[in-house]
Amino acid sequence: MTTKDEDVDRAFKRDLLASLPNLRAFAVSLTGRHDKADDLVQDTIMKAWANQGSFTAGTNMRAWLFTILRNEFYSQMRKRGREVQDTDGLFSERFSVHPEQYGRLDLQDFRKALDTLPDDQREAIILVGAAGFAYEEAATICGCAVGTIKSRVSRARSRLQEILGVSGESDFGPDPGDAAITSRAFGS
Amino acid sequence: MSDDETRNKDKMTTAQSNNFRPGAMQPNASISRKLREFYDAVQEEGIPDRFLELLERLDDAEKNAKAVKTK
Repeated sequence: MTTKDEDVDRAFKRDLLASLPNLRAFAVSLTGRHDKADDLVQDTIMKAWANQGSFTAGTNMRAWLFTILRNEFYSQMRKRGREVQDTDGLFSERFSVHPEQYGRLDLQDFRKALDTLPDDQREAIILVGAAGFAYEEAATICGCAVGTIKSRVSRARSRLQEILGVSGESDFGPDPGDAAITSRAFGS
Repeated sequence: MSDDETRNKDKMTTAQSNNFRPGAMQPNASISRKLREFYDAVQEEGIPDRFLELLERLDDAEKNAKAVKTK
């Protein structure tokens, strides 16, 4: 191996490692569960490693890894078929098994709202709004037109606004329990 | 991330939050913020050991394969 190859090799490992936290957050967003997400990341690392040769040094490693992970996710979903079509079951499983995994309480509501989005809208808003990709990069990762990504992001935003707008109001107003206390305290 | 970048990011966050008082929060800004908070919370968990171990194993396997080839 020449020195140049070794440099490329080292850079590949370094960039792969540096991309992992972001890649893992994307996996959690897609699967909704940490354990499934970590399995998906593991499969992605192995695939990426085996296909090092197909990665062009100097290009966007993060976009490349996200593409592999996304393809892996959908191909596993297709293989599981019936299992994932049981969305009600999947939903309740997601939120009853490890609620503490979703972190802070106020983020759990957001997490649930995010989960009601169709897969294509959810991945679009995550890629652009959280993972830090440009619309063009997100389009490449999802294998669709830039305009499609833009419209998915915008539909996802409206939908989240709709869901969280309703629950957002109750954040500021008293809930039924508090209202009762308030009326007792300040009542006639 | 360098100190400068961190400072700039802080500045940006402060500037943004000044634009939106809690009562006047724009729905879009709130959703973008929550999205980032949710995503960053996972990112901040760091890299689980199983991935570091996996990368080490892959690295070792690759070195061994090359050692065999050059013999």
